[in-house]
Amino acid sequence: MTDWGLIFAMAILTFTPRYLPFGLAGLVTIPPLIESALNYVPVAVLSAIVIQNSLIRDGAIEFNLYNHHLIATIAALITALLSRHLLITIAVGLISYGMARFFI
Amino acid sequence: MTRKPSVAFQQGINGARDTLPLLVAAMPFAIVYGAMAISEGLSSWTALGMSVMVFAGASQFIAVTLLASSTALPIILLTVFVVNLRHMLYATSLMSKVVHLPQRLKIIMAFTLTDETYAVVSNRIHQLQRNPPHPAPGDHQLLHYYYLGSALAMYSNWVFFSAAGVLLGEQVPDMTSWGLDVAMIVAFVGIIVPALKNHSYWACAITAGSCAAFTFDWPNQTGLLFSALVAIIVGITLETLFKTQDSPMKTDSNSFRETQG
Repeated sequence: MTDWGLIFAMAILTFTPRYLPFGLAGLVTIPPLIESALNYVPVAVLSAIVIQNSLIRDGAIEFNLYNHHLIATIAALITALLSRHLLITIAVGLISYGMARFFI
Repeated sequence: MTRKPSVAFQQGINGARDTLPLLVAAMPFAIVYGAMAISEGLSSWTALGMSVMVFAGASQFIAVTLLASSTALPIILLTVFVVNLRHMLYATSLMSKVVHLPQRLKIIMAFTLTDETYAVVSNRIHQLQRNPPHPAPGDHQLLHYYYLGSALAMYSNWVFFSAAGVLLGEQVPDMTSWGLDVAMIVAFVGIIVPALKNHSYWACAITAGSCAAFTFDWPNQTGLLFSALVAIIVGITLETLFKTQDSPMKTDSNSFRETQG
């Protein structure tokens, strides 16, 4: 019972911030400066997520060759800069990760 | 809006198709979630119910971890709430695209808003801004079908592979240590890089990354939100400065589009 209560509460708490701006759309007007600032949201949030899950491992900065996630991320970054292709980037990232785990 | 259903359907298919790489990247993530929920002592139905009703990867991982360490419920709920605040930024940036839609569509779109669908849809918006569709001006109004195609693909993928993880978790106990989350990280890299179209976007990405490295130990991923906000401010400040310095005469937004072609 408490498990389902928790799920229900979680559902409401995740839905609210997702829905609130949609619900307010049309009722409030966003100033043009904020409107253009919001263009930066994807790059800003995703970059922060990437660093916090690659450079940071197990609650500490791990800037060394034993951080296989970081190696994969750097390989993916180089591939993305050269190819600008999502699938190729993912493939090279995963292969680099596998090789790093195997060899280092 | 009297459109042939096939046009809408085609947009939905396009949305799902463009999400395909991210679906593949999310699969191991969902499997690990299911396996971890089982190994932390959740029942199969609770683990699956969370995927069906909450549909938020990061929150689900955190909830399962905190449940296992018997953290107090209010703390779990507060964490879940704060972790998902980034979705509010996403939704705010999409406000102008949903303003004309009926309430029930807004609810479905809000419930299925994820990092992945947001990334794919904002890519699509950039694309439409760069190459405005000449004969079909309705493409902007069809954006929600594209969104829904992407979102429903993500949702069914997440629920299905969570279930697979629940089943596997009962057999392979140490799957959570395989480091499968790497797929999602490299996928995000592949999304960010093509979006770095000028100096201010590069500055934004670098600021976000450096800030995130210094704030990672802030509680409840508040460091993530803080870094994103600082980076957004840096990006828009540089954009405003460049605009006033480089082209004092160009004030309309079309000038940007022309320099791109």
